[in-house]
Amino acid sequence: MKKVQFQSRWLPYLLLLPQLAIVTIFFLWPAAEAVRSSFYLEDPFGFGSTFVGLDNFTDTVTSTDYGRVARFTAVFTFFVTFLSLGIALLLAVKADKVLRGASSYKTLLMWVYAVAPPVAGLIGVLLFDQHVGPIVDFFAMFGWKMQIGVDYFDTSFAMIVTSVWKQIPVNFIFFLSGLQGISKSVQEAASIDCRSGLRRFWTVTFPLLAPTGFFLLIINITYAFFDTFGIVDVIVKNEPGNNPVTLVYKVYLDGFRGNDLGGSSAQSVILMAMVFILTIIQFRLIERRVHYT
Amino acid sequence: MATITLDTVRKVYAGNVEAVKGVSIDIADGEFIVLVGPSGCGKSTLLRMVAGLEDITTGEVKIGDRMVNNVDPADRDIAMVFQNYALYPHMTVYNNLAYGLKNRGMAKDEIDRRVKEAARILEIGEYLDRKPRALSGGQRQRVAMGRAIVREPAAFLFDEPLSNLDAKLRVQMRVEIKRLQQSLGTTSVYVTHDQLEAMTLADRLVVLNGGNIEQIGAPIDVYDKPASTFVASFIGSPAMNLLNVKTNGSGLALEAGEGLSGANTMGRDSYIVGIRPEHLEVVDSPPSDDGIALEVNVDVLEPVGAESYVYASFPNGGQEIVIRVSSHAHHEPGEKMYLKAAAENVHFFDADTGRRVD
Repeated sequence: MKKVQFQSRWLPYLLLLPQLAIVTIFFLWPAAEAVRSSFYLEDPFGFGSTFVGLDNFTDTVTSTDYGRVARFTAVFTFFVTFLSLGIALLLAVKADKVLRGASSYKTLLMWVYAVAPPVAGLIGVLLFDQHVGPIVDFFAMFGWKMQIGVDYFDTSFAMIVTSVWKQIPVNFIFFLSGLQGISKSVQEAASIDCRSGLRRFWTVTFPLLAPTGFFLLIINITYAFFDTFGIVDVIVKNEPGNNPVTLVYKVYLDGFRGNDLGGSSAQSVILMAMVFILTIIQFRLIERRVHYT
Repeated sequence: MATITLDTVRKVYAGNVEAVKGVSIDIADGEFIVLVGPSGCGKSTLLRMVAGLEDITTGEVKIGDRMVNNVDPADRDIAMVFQNYALYPHMTVYNNLAYGLKNRGMAKDEIDRRVKEAARILEIGEYLDRKPRALSGGQRQRVAMGRAIVREPAAFLFDEPLSNLDAKLRVQMRVEIKRLQQSLGTTSVYVTHDQLEAMTLADRLVVLNGGNIEQIGAPIDVYDKPASTFVASFIGSPAMNLLNVKTNGSGLALEAGEGLSGANTMGRDSYIVGIRPEHLEVVDSPPSDDGIALEVNVDVLEPVGAESYVYASFPNGGQEIVIRVSSHAHHEPGEKMYLKAAAENVHFFDADTGRRVD
């Protein structure tokens, strides 16, 4: 990389300032605030707060409700990440082979990308509607009477399907560009060395896509953790009751519906720590096996 | 090892672009064939059709006695060396060589034996644990060759394998490829746009132009008796001098009006006359014996070391002519020069079709 020497020693800091300001105002400060308030019991009406040490954390971790939500979040994240990556990869591999009408095909697949999560949730809700939803009608033909918002499994199913659907285009775009970045002659050399297309995919194409895949893995886990908030919100229709919710949604529920700011803060601190650890694990374990050209 | 037979092979791309227009070649077992021509002449397409990387529109490709038109590339028993090496970047050199063997279900110790043997021949033994990105261009080229050798295929296909190397390495690898092919005796088809590479490597040259074969023959035969003006100007460096001439009464004259003394008209109105730069002899006075004599003015002198090239033009203007002279010969720009060429070194081509006239 080229090293640039600045004339003034303050100029680089000045240039960095907007970025630093954004990080400080929108991330560091709220994060610090969350850490602080996680040690306090906040008066519901905002008249004051009492320092309670780690009580918020112990309360959170020991509550059965939290365990249930954490388990659901893990399952949800696994399915959303795995399915949206898998389906997107399959579509990208197929799209890469399309010669005629390739651009309109790609545009159609990317379309969903432009849909905001709550809107995706809304469309999901319509598709899974008790009375007019085509998906519900479809499964009814096989004798599965879906009850979104009532049945725990059915609601989880709808949530995962909608979240996967929303995320596929992003993954698709990245996988497609990753595929197109693989040298044509390397693939041709492989086609001379190996007859089985499937084996070729796993031994040559897939390893060469690994950097893209690794990047997307992190993006998708983050997506399933945080960005699905809108979808969850629309599907549970503000009636969480016994419905499945993710950890992030629970932070919101406890903090703003339950007015338990301290407990909610403790949860978000735990969430931050989890994401932090997850990222470290990913970089330590997986990136070592990823080949960057 | 096998013969390769191409029978009126055509390739038409979408949009009715005909890249290869009915090419037939019989390649003998163990023969080194070089397909040579300018870019867009269809040479790479032809090679890729033999490899199975490109569909054959019409015609037949046979490897040995087997028609392979619809055979998968992996089942054609060929190995290909690509221009940009096409090594698997995520595999070590060892695995790059072993990959094609593993996929064919070969026993581990046999794979190991072949990889080690190829590594020994190509002197890449110490890099077997490295990834391709840690190798230089020349080393990568050797690995690409190694990947072909370990397969012990019926035929090697080379697609401009040396064009990404620097000039010195290219000469070195050229000799090495030739030596390797001679010792292995494997049928090889080699594509290049470099006429020098083609001349030095080939048992037989196939000169292609615009999807058609211009000439097939041993390099020296193609050089000595080019079948067309295209071949004449493509093979040999500097290119053969091609002069438009017309008959005038008893003899021939350049289009610019200059007479060519001593030339036989052979009963046509106009020709293209070809003379190689090394066949033009500088003489003191206009000769009158058999052959062709010209009078030119020196424009530029280009010394290349072992010899020098004189670029000269005719007094009446018009065409330029190149003459090879000894590097110690002394010529000045503007100087008048008499040239002579023996009759057997003068080539005649049809003025319209460009085909050779004997």
